[in-house]
Amino acid sequence: MTSAVAYRLVVGVLPWLTIALLSVPVAAGTLGALAPAFGWLPVLGGEHLTLVPWRQLFAVPGLADMARLSLVTGLASTALSLVLVVLFLGSFLGTPLYRRIQRWLSPLLAVPHAAAAIGLAFLLTPSGWVVRGFSPWLSGWAYPPDYAFPGDAWGLSLILGLIIKEVPFLLLMSLAALVQCQAGERLRVARSLGYRPLTAFLKGVMPGLYPLLRLPVYAVIAFATSTVDVAMILGPTTPSTLAVSVVGWLNDPALSMRFMASAGAMLQLLLTLAALLIWWSLERLVARISRGWCRDGRRHCGERWLGSIAWLAMRTVLGLMMSALAGLALWSVAGYWPFPQFLPWPPTVHNWLNAADDLIAPVWQTLGVALTATLVSVVMVLGALEAETQRRRPMRPWAQRILYLPLLVPSVAFLFGLVMIQAQVGIRPGLGAVIIGHAVFVLPYVFLSLAESYRRLDPRWSHQARSLGAGPWRVFLRVRLPLLLAPILTAAAVGFAVSVGQYLPTILLGAGRVVTVTTEAVSLASGGDRRLTAIYALVQLLLPALGFLLAMRVPRYVFRRRRGLLPGAD
Amino acid sequence: MTYSRGLLVAVLSLLPTMGQAYELSDWDSVTAAARGQTVYWNAWGGDPRTNAYIDWVAEQVDQRYGIDLEHVKVGDTGEAVTRVLAEKAADNEDRGAVDLIWLNGENFAAMKENDLLYGPWAERLPNFSLTAPEQNPEVREDFTLPVEGYEAPWGRAQLTFYYDSGRVDAPPRSIPALLDWAKANPGRFTYPQPPAFLGTTFLKQALLALTEQREALYAPVGEADFEAVTAPLWDYLDRLHPYLWREGERFPSGGPQMRQLMGDGALSLAFTFTPTAPAAGVLDYQLPPTTRSYILDGGTLGNVHFVAIPFNAQHKAGALTIANFLLSPEAQARKQDLALWGDATVLDMSRLSPDQREAFTRDGRAAESLPPPSLGKTLREPHPSWIEPLEQAWRQRYGAQ
Repeated sequence: MTSAVAYRLVVGVLPWLTIALLSVPVAAGTLGALAPAFGWLPVLGGEHLTLVPWRQLFAVPGLADMARLSLVTGLASTALSLVLVVLFLGSFLGTPLYRRIQRWLSPLLAVPHAAAAIGLAFLLTPSGWVVRGFSPWLSGWAYPPDYAFPGDAWGLSLILGLIIKEVPFLLLMSLAALVQCQAGERLRVARSLGYRPLTAFLKGVMPGLYPLLRLPVYAVIAFATSTVDVAMILGPTTPSTLAVSVVGWLNDPALSMRFMASAGAMLQLLLTLAALLIWWSLERLVARISRGWCRDGRRHCGERWLGSIAWLAMRTVLGLMMSALAGLALWSVAGYWPFPQFLPWPPTVHNWLNAADDLIAPVWQTLGVALTATLVSVVMVLGALEAETQRRRPMRPWAQRILYLPLLVPSVAFLFGLVMIQAQVGIRPGLGAVIIGHAVFVLPYVFLSLAESYRRLDPRWSHQARSLGAGPWRVFLRVRLPLLLAPILTAAAVGFAVSVGQYLPTILLGAGRVVTVTTEAVSLASGGDRRLTAIYALVQLLLPALGFLLAMRVPRYVFRRRRGLLPGAD
Repeated sequence: MTYSRGLLVAVLSLLPTMGQAYELSDWDSVTAAARGQTVYWNAWGGDPRTNAYIDWVAEQVDQRYGIDLEHVKVGDTGEAVTRVLAEKAADNEDRGAVDLIWLNGENFAAMKENDLLYGPWAERLPNFSLTAPEQNPEVREDFTLPVEGYEAPWGRAQLTFYYDSGRVDAPPRSIPALLDWAKANPGRFTYPQPPAFLGTTFLKQALLALTEQREALYAPVGEADFEAVTAPLWDYLDRLHPYLWREGERFPSGGPQMRQLMGDGALSLAFTFTPTAPAAGVLDYQLPPTTRSYILDGGTLGNVHFVAIPFNAQHKAGALTIANFLLSPEAQARKQDLALWGDATVLDMSRLSPDQREAFTRDGRAAESLPPPSLGKTLREPHPSWIEPLEQAWRQRYGAQ
């Protein structure tokens, strides 16, 4: 009886704690940036409301280009990634190629954005691996050629960089969702009615799958329109994307620029919202157009060439990613490596030996912050989701929207304000503040990864357990948790990876006192030493890779006699 | 019992205040207050050699003064300034997270303007007199802005050119010669895009070399005819740009990217503000082993870099003690050692004992293979009011917006 009361208490409180953790920092931080956008920042002499910062912002040359670039690259990369993932799933679900790629997914997903971008930039730059591959024997180039890629004015390299990171993410999100929407059964029915594989997938599975993918897709759009690190490495500079410019204004030594920077941060917020709105309208449009097509009874739709395109594109994406990582590995053992030498010869361990000592502390700090933030997030998300099942209805729409706050409000928009709040309340900068800051970003991803699996878990399992006399704790711990082990571990691995990749919250909320592999990598990148940057990027991707490895292996071990519980079983 | 407990409470409540109190005029009280403090030093963390030197400083001040020094590695000093600013906004007057900060002139100006600095203290440091400020006025001036004791000198830098001697026989030794060289070697030279610090420095260097009214640059820009003074510069750049890397349509983001382009073989000639950086770049495999460096014949721009203490630093005594240690002959000699960091000293050799001087003449293994440039004549920085108009005029002409 007492344990049932405790259960009800925990399940009653955790959702509210979750909502507070998500909304308070973001709302306070946004207000902290909103006020200066309208001229209010007393320390800098801004003591009355004014539109001057906005006027300054709109006078910035190229502002429209910046906004267009953010919007176009964000939407294009998301759309291309989604199309690629859907075509690939439709054409290759269940084939050996699919299973091979599925195995590579976790390590790929673990690659932090910055590391992938650095690797890609090295591949494609004029002095990069691709050009070295046919120089000088074919091209006659003794010096690197003089073209502008990456960093092209169209943002194509930026789109490419985002795609190679988003495709694995959307694929992984699909894996869990495919099980939940019973894709296997749907496909079997469609195939038995004579539909070709891709058509069967598009007409039979997609209508059930997309609603489960919608949340991850929105997160991808919000990220892609406001990313800073990827755009800094791969995006154009004249002008750069809006988010990069906002960070630049925020760091400008002229403190008066902060007003305009705050207005820019608010514009970034509006821009991301606009991108989501455009996507949402497109969703409606596609749904309306395809309704008839789904029912027209045609059994095939250019299967062969669509399949070939998906095959080629997926190979290209994975190939680029692999080569980018190989490039990083080579740089980490390179001595002086002049153009057009294809391999660094002789390789040296000098770089690693030099870095080894300095790596220990950041690795521990990274692990400590990421594990704690992930644990906190998983507990809260489980509490919030368990509360839903207890109340037998999903989260109210307003609470759902709060979940999205940290993913929709670009972090540059609210972190400056957060630091001010932090100092005002008297929270000391350091590990604690950083962990909370990370949890704000980790929690939504954990929720996104876990929610659909959790909600779609057949309630009859619990009913059965209850009818056999199990208390609520017992039902949760002995029935629901084991049934959900695989998705929970995957969600934890996603959260861990998100935490490892965080730069801005670490540096701002920790006052730079919390040194992680990522903060080290970014500050080293400003020094321009490719070798050391490569080492830190490799370590940075190794940690989340380990997390994903565990997330995959542990359920296989636990369920070694219950294969039907494994993800992807159909 | 109650009495003694009351006494204990009274004594304990006094302790923290006793630990904090110090008088700048009584240096011993500063080092006494510093003992046991943890000092957070925000300094650019992008260079392993600099980081290793700061690690050494941390060991030394721990042994000598019982101070725990934490190097807060920032990617951009602006981050630290933002932090102090946010703290001020939140009325955090004495518990600031930043205790010591490595500044450049632009950030110093910003902090000073917004009253974010503690001071004046620099000239009260016991070791400050070793810089002989009367003979070396540059230690009292940051980008021509008077320092007034709000920051302490730490090291010096000078605009230094470097080239790949495997490809270039005779590098250009003056700004006009640079144009001829670029015409003969199209695409092999460039400069960082202003307002990147090194790019703006190049503009100032070229302006000093080309203008017929050099004196005007040392007074506020408002007193001069900007168009007339800078006309030769724009004329020069108009002719130079077609022969730059990417034909002057694009520019590197800063010194590090320019060094990377040198390492990739895209450029044959580049420059830096740290005279020993080319030698260090060879040791770290970033630059061709055939890299050599030099200073332009007429001299190049140079300045001093500083450390400062934010107004609300929580551990001021510790920060003061460290700033003084950084000015000690031992710390300065070690910093100048090319094998370790290679940052030139701000001390005046005439103020040192022969033993102390001797430490400065030692040079590491790098010196044997790659003689550092013998630092030439240092040109004074123009008045800071010129920077903004110069950058703006550049952006209007060439900024591909």
